Amino acid sequence: MAKVKHHNIPLDQIIKPENIVFKRTKLFTDNVLSYCPGCGHGVAHRLILEVLEEMGIADKTIGIAPVGCSVLAYEFMDIDMQEAAHGRAPALATGIKRTNPDKFVFAYQGDGDLAAIGTAETIHTANRGENITVIFINNGIYGMTGGQMAPTTIYGMKTSTTPYGRDPKQMGHPLKITEIVAQLPGTCYVTRQAVHTPALVRKAKKAIRKAFEYQKQNKGLSFVEIVSNCNSGWKMTPVQAVKWLEENMLPYYPLGDLKDIGLD
Amino acid sequence: MIVGAIVVDTERCKGCELCTQACPFGIISMSEDVNSKGYHYAYLADPYACTGCENCALVCPDTVITVYRMKVEEPSKAKN
Amino acid sequence: MGEILLMKGNEALAEAIIRAGADAYFGYPITPQSEVMEYLAAAKPEERTGMVLLQAESELAAINMLYGAGATGKKVITSSSSPGISLMQEGISYMAGAEIPAVIVNVVRGGPGLGTIQPAQSDYFQATKGGGHGDYHLLVLAPNSVQEMADFVPLAFDLAFKYRNPVMILSDGLIGQMMEKVELFDPIPRWTDEYIREHHGSWATIGKTPDRERNIITSLDLVPERMEKHNLHLKEKYDQMEREEVRYEEISTEDAEYLFVAYGSSSRIAMKAVKLAREEGIKVGLLRPITLFPFPKKPLERLADQVKGILTVELSLGQMVEDVKLAVNCRIPVEHYGRVGGMIPTPEEVVEALKTKIINR
Repeated sequence: MAKVKHHNIPLDQIIKPENIVFKRTKLFTDNVLSYCPGCGHGVAHRLILEVLEEMGIADKTIGIAPVGCSVLAYEFMDIDMQEAAHGRAPALATGIKRTNPDKFVFAYQGDGDLAAIGTAETIHTANRGENITVIFINNGIYGMTGGQMAPTTIYGMKTSTTPYGRDPKQMGHPLKITEIVAQLPGTCYVTRQAVHTPALVRKAKKAIRKAFEYQKQNKGLSFVEIVSNCNSGWKMTPVQAVKWLEENMLPYYPLGDLKDIGLD
Repeated sequence: MIVGAIVVDTERCKGCELCTQACPFGIISMSEDVNSKGYHYAYLADPYACTGCENCALVCPDTVITVYRMKVEEPSKAKN
Repeated sequence: MGEILLMKGNEALAEAIIRAGADAYFGYPITPQSEVMEYLAAAKPEERTGMVLLQAESELAAINMLYGAGATGKKVITSSSSPGISLMQEGISYMAGAEIPAVIVNVVRGGPGLGTIQPAQSDYFQATKGGGHGDYHLLVLAPNSVQEMADFVPLAFDLAFKYRNPVMILSDGLIGQMMEKVELFDPIPRWTDEYIREHHGSWATIGKTPDRERNIITSLDLVPERMEKHNLHLKEKYDQMEREEVRYEEISTEDAEYLFVAYGSSSRIAMKAVKLAREEGIKVGLLRPITLFPFPKKPLERLADQVKGILTVELSLGQMVEDVKLAVNCRIPVEHYGRVGGMIPTPEEVVEALKTKIINR
């Protein structure tokens, strides 16, 4: 903990519009996020919107919401959006981008959506090198349906359908789909990030910015995984969940760039 | 020196406490009171120690924190 | 007079897709309609009109590409055959719910399951009663010639956008594979982005500009009061289709004492059967539904006052016959004759069936 240093400046001198250094982006709607307290979806949403705002491309961006907890993402983002059937967001994105190549298109997907039911769409869209951006939220569990096993549930992790822990002999192995995606020649930028500490949030935002910059340069599919928490599904407090994520998720899903072919 | 302040949208705060962990000075606490949704909301417990570093706002999943920051002359210089 | 060519049904369809000003075709090969994508690929639509052609990894992906592109106000189309159309049902239901215009062509083959690659009309229920989950309908057009395979493409686009609803062209392997003379319509230019913004900007996801609220394309609403309202809104569209879009053809019905009801390839066989029966002195006519949804109930009601009995001819075990029975409401005998599994009845068989099932029943 850093040492506290007190000042005696009256707060009303500090709390003035000209001193604002961080505020809610205007690209958020007024709706209260439907996510549980502490859920990483909110930060991921914010970072995307901040990037769109900073790049000045919100008016030519079309987002795609998945099925899962973020099924209502379009309620929170003040941009044109489509809601996809479970796992099909990359196919929608393909259709949009192919017919609207001047638009920016992103698919926002969770682990069940992207790495289980939508694996074929994920792989083939990436392999075709569609000029889109995929934001992949991996919290190792199915949040919306009540905490069932996800393809990314790690070894031994308890979920409502693996109450004694994930046993690879029965349920197979946690899927590192981001590593698979990075192998595909159609992808230009593949990275794994997290958003549970201030430093990681700053990095994740840079990664999302980069992903959209790649899209701007038509370099192929850019893919940002965000290892996130699901306090409710994990049955922990948000603070415990963040610690558990650090200690258990990150060793299996190490952070960092898996592929970066270079911007012009 | 750099001084700062935060303003929490207490009605939107869901009381996750992640900001209390992110604050490098540990000066954010949770209220005894609850908001209309029943959540204890975050507040700046030691308001004259905030530097406006934004860390709390960065990790806040609901973007309920607005951060203010300004540069002021050192108190020692100000006295002279 | 347009260009006259000898073409396969599938080829005429493909050429019509380009000429109709389609923005994209997304599809996946399946017999007996693979010529559609093959023709398109060879025709270089990207050079002719700028149309996008993409072979998807599955029918599931293809229909969802239609969803994405259609939701931006583009004219999008896919074609497949029965097993592929089954795979597309998820996306079709979502598109009906989200009110996305698109055209889906089913060149039907025999089922169930993998069935056969030969012609059939056994997807009538799937096409006209929804097909996927939820209360919805497609507007269904049934071509019975190579000419109509071409002409129904621009018509289907018009209807899809009029109603913001997927339209199905329900063909079959016989129409798709056979060659006939076709007079091709003159090319219709693709819509410009400005046109789309002006005509479909109120709903299409083309980028939210500050002058309007965001556009959301979704089939989801967790508030039951709103979801019920949405369903009733969809119902109103289907009712409007029933009022405004019923299309059918009557052949030799003026003096008919008996009636065939047949669509698509069966109607061609039934036409010949009308001729053969009349040579024997049997006054039989044909009602050919062109729209299967909305179904031509009123002309059937009228003809039920005139004829003594109706025989439906279908390449199925009896699907459309149910709608015919509903339309005539048990006032006269309605029977079905069909061959299945890729078998096609001869006109003589049909006349014989008319005699045994209706005239001498």
